[in-house]
Amino acid sequence: MSLYFTKEHEWLRVEGGVATVGITDYAQAQLGDVVFAEVPAAGTVLAKGKEAAVVESVKAASDVYSPVSGTVTEANAALEGDPALVNTAPETEGWFFKLTLSDPSELDGLMDEAGYKSFVATL
Amino acid sequence: MAEVSSTEPLATLPLDALHRRLGARMVPFAGYAMPIQFEGIIAEHLHTRSHAGLFDVSHMGQLLLPLTSAALLETLIPGDILGLAENALRYSLLLNAEGGILDDLMVTRRADDLYLVVNGAVKAADIAHLRAAGLPVEYREDWALLALQGPQAVEALARLVPGVEALRFMRAGAFSWNGVALWVSRSGYTGEDGYEISVPAANVEALAEALLAQPEVKPIGLGARDSLRLEAGLPLYGHDLDETTSPIEAGLAFAISKRRKLEGGFPAAEKLLAELHDGPARRRIGLAVEGKLPAREGAEVFAGAERVGIVTSGGFSPSLGQPIAMAYVAAAYAADGAALEIEVRGKRLAASVVPMPFKAKNYVRAAN
Repeated sequence: MSLYFTKEHEWLRVEGGVATVGITDYAQAQLGDVVFAEVPAAGTVLAKGKEAAVVESVKAASDVYSPVSGTVTEANAALEGDPALVNTAPETEGWFFKLTLSDPSELDGLMDEAGYKSFVATL
Repeated sequence: MAEVSSTEPLATLPLDALHRRLGARMVPFAGYAMPIQFEGIIAEHLHTRSHAGLFDVSHMGQLLLPLTSAALLETLIPGDILGLAENALRYSLLLNAEGGILDDLMVTRRADDLYLVVNGAVKAADIAHLRAAGLPVEYREDWALLALQGPQAVEALARLVPGVEALRFMRAGAFSWNGVALWVSRSGYTGEDGYEISVPAANVEALAEALLAQPEVKPIGLGARDSLRLEAGLPLYGHDLDETTSPIEAGLAFAISKRRKLEGGFPAAEKLLAELHDGPARRRIGLAVEGKLPAREGAEVFAGAERVGIVTSGGFSPSLGQPIAMAYVAAAYAADGAALEIEVRGKRLAASVVPMPFKAKNYVRAAN
């Protein structure tokens, strides 16, 4: 299992060719109270860096981009009933979607946890 | 995720340091760095509805005019200022020649002057407009403005400033706290009972800290200010009101005072009175949105295939637990109960026209 991060504050956990994607604790703190999350349906083909999901806080809607290209295998159904999971457990139960990687080499451009921490420290 | 922060240099307000000490997230608003939230918008919103919330609204413009300006001021606004009782406030509208809304404001007739509170984002334009009409505006930039709102605001403020409990809604008076002169009105922008407190900038931090030390009071950011006023059905200038909206279609005909309806003499009086008589082509309405997806400003409103309007404010209502919105729609679709749809990212959300306020107001009309 490997954990990766993007400068757009998404994380992805890769296990056996499938990546689970969510937004980071830093991102949820910036957004504030999440009241709705729109996640892509299974089968959706996502391109790296393109809009994949939308997270709605009380204040505003923000796009979530797919950190890598691939096909969605599962969306987090729990977010429909409890979107606040994005606030309370952003990097565990508050995940957004899972996808199969179409080009694992795209992972090379992402940050590891230490790299993301030092990136956030500069913000 | 999309970028949500900004680092552009901004003017600061007198409570900037206090907000940062309290852990506020600061955002640009009306040219100032201002707190959007402290502990979280939903918690702050609900705290204000149940206890008392302290808002820093020092970005708003506080202006003074001599009492002798009342008649000239009436040529720019449709409110009865000449007939305003001493220490009474009136909500009014600064209108352009076409009857569009340049700003909404509060006018208080005080013993020796008229005290105006205008929106921060347009205060420079307001001052220029008033001065161009020949009004000798004094801009009180050295005074800060706080709002203490919520059902327990009276207890918290009366503990520090005895006597404020006797003020009625939309009445104001001079008070003092620790030798500091205050101007306090029983008014606000949340739909709750509460006060707006004008205080010299040099003393505002001490007063804010004294208020925050009261057990009922927490600091509240702009995020909850917006969700509270939306639930209360109160329009926000620059979103629900602008130079192209008329007071009639905005549902603000009450701001045209009775005497002014008879006498006219305010901008576009003939046109606005005809619109009041005939009914406007579109109306500002409230929409209860089905489901959980909020409809935001700019979302289009449909009746079947026909586009009938546009959302001007929208979001999640913490008190109701559902999305709500304000929209302007064609008058034929503005009746309570009308079933409409709002388009959000290609999806149609069912919405019905509901009376505003969405959440019943909790004003104190008579002295306790």
